[in-house]
Amino acid sequence: MRVRELVIIGGGPAGLSAAVEAKKLGVEDVLIIDRESEPGGILKQCIHTGFGLHVFKEELTGPEYAERFIAEAQERGIEIMLDTMVIELTDDRRILAVNSRDGLVELKARAVILAMGCRERTRGAINIPGFRPSGIFTAGTAQYFINIEGYMPGKEVVILGSGDVGLIMARHLTLEGAKVKCVAEIMPYSNGLTRNIVQCLQDFNIPLLLNHTVVNIHGKKRVEGVTIAEVDLNRKPRMETARYVSCDTLLLSVGLIPENELSRMAKVQIDEVTGGPVVDQSMQTTIEGIFACGNVLHVHDVVDLVTIEARVAARGAADFLKQKKKRIRPATVPVIPGEGLRYVLPQRIDLDGALEETQNFFMRSVKPMDRGRLLIQSDRGVVMSKNLKFIRPSEMISIKVKREILQQNNCLKISLCEGSENGD
Amino acid sequence: MIKEHKVTCIVCPAGCEIIARVRKNSIIEIRGNRCKKGVDYARNEVIEPRRVLTTTVRLENGHFLPVKTAKPIPRELIFKAIKELKEVRVKVPVKMGEVVHQNVAGSNVDVVSTRSWRK
Ligand SMILES: Cc1cc2nc3c(=O)[nH]c(=O)nc-3n(C[C@H](O)[C@H](O)[C@H](O)COP(=O)(O)OP(=O)(O)OC[C@H]3O[C@@H](n4cnc5c(N)ncnc54)[C@H](O)[C@@H]3O)c2cc1C
Ligand code: SF4
Repeated sequence: MRVRELVIIGGGPAGLSAAVEAKKLGVEDVLIIDRESEPGGILKQCIHTGFGLHVFKEELTGPEYAERFIAEAQERGIEIMLDTMVIELTDDRRILAVNSRDGLVELKARAVILAMGCRERTRGAINIPGFRPSGIFTAGTAQYFINIEGYMPGKEVVILGSGDVGLIMARHLTLEGAKVKCVAEIMPYSNGLTRNIVQCLQDFNIPLLLNHTVVNIHGKKRVEGVTIAEVDLNRKPRMETARYVSCDTLLLSVGLIPENELSRMAKVQIDEVTGGPVVDQSMQTTIEGIFACGNVLHVHDVVDLVTIEARVAARGAADFLKQKKKRIRPATVPVIPGEGLRYVLPQRIDLDGALEETQNFFMRSVKPMDRGRLLIQSDRGVVMSKNLKFIRPSEMISIKVKREILQQNNCLKISLCEGSENGD
Repeated sequence: MIKEHKVTCIVCPAGCEIIARVRKNSIIEIRGNRCKKGVDYARNEVIEPRRVLTTTVRLENGHFLPVKTAKPIPRELIFKAIKELKEVRVKVPVKMGEVVHQNVAGSNVDVVSTRSWRK
């Protein structure tokens, strides 16, 4: 079995950014494995603009963002093994992959970075009654059909879910000649960026129906229409509001799930809320030498943060590779989400690991708030607080915490209360 | 005649709902904005909104090439531009940033490739 220094599973923006950074930090042998025939991950099909404002200070399309990293990876001589699917990963970092050239490929990695991205939730995951006619697609699949394969999934479309992918597709389908009848969102607010609501829906007078869902799909062979209804406060449909909307296509934009089959095989602990691994400040999972970054870790709305996170993971892996002796169970400080927050990342701090002067934490709120007060508490009471404005569940909150705070406490809870200390 | 336009400002996360009142193509009142940046934003959106258009064009090898307008074009030209670009055929190889179509829909803006394609 060949031994490789650093193996990165997944060649999307997370994997590419991690590979480039690891090379810069002196890791000589870096291998990326991706199951597709080109690197770039999901960015290949995201032809719209909105990528790179933080990392490159300019607004790029998905393919442009990817190509910059692909070019840099090539310049630095990073090996990318394409058309190769990793099918097994063990907790001692043995990797089994398959491709049509070599059949089975078996490798042993001294360090691994997980960068497999995520997949879309499907109708099965949300349960709508009716037959299973053709004409039902996830938004990302429709995006792939139009942008890569070049054909339209339908003529009259209803979109369920107002996440960014759904909004982007509403515009795209309209531009390519389809009629988007409406976007139905079960929540009282959209999960998409305001900018996308304006430029993808308002620009084309596409109605956004908040507190609405699809309760039935009609048609046996092909979708002929859907029944939509308003929902009450408990998000149960109010059937008296039900109405029929004719369409030949239903797009589902109902969320993304990190792709963690391999992580589970390697016995990596998974956070039930994020759907991704539990990590420390170096993006190391609960299994030594296995790191994670990008959408496999938690769903990102902005690719720039994927790159930043990937660089941290690369630094973690590079440090791990330089380390001489094996460490015994490190002392960790758990960081848990309290009221008002869905999750916090990293979920723990390894006190024996490298700690920067300030540590970044990323978190998502449970609901939109115009003003909120973020509190960090330990068993000694509140140790830090910060006022925040215009909080949206779709926009990740990021805060910096001083090293001393992490070192002086044995558990931290971060919570978010609506309003601010001085009132509104 | 006075026309009222509703504009959602996207310059910052506050997302102010701005009302702009317009008479004969000139703005007579702007309200609802929490800061000055909203004024410029609303003015542009009401007088001549512009957007970067992204779409795909056909490559001669049968694949599809993602492209964008090199600068934002007037929003009202977007459908005309899409129609024009349906006719475009691009030769491979092509580099990212290369102009594949000039002066799209008479906007004085070129359309450039957003990825490279070797063969
Ligand atoms: C439709 C859509 C629109 C978006 N719009 C924006 C936007 O406007 N602006 C913005 O900043 N961000 C946007 N994002 C978010 C951003 O694109 C993602 O956060 C980012 O692409 C995630 O990168 P990743 O590398 O983690 O995952 P991915 O890009 O999904 O890459 C994962 C890679 O891993 C490979 N892989 C998975 N499993 C295996 C395996 N077992 N073996 C081998 N290879 C494997 C896959 O083939 C893939 O290439 C959008 C995302 C989507 C889905
Ligand atoms: S008007 Fe000012 S405060 Fe309001 S959204 Fe625009 S930039 Fe933000």
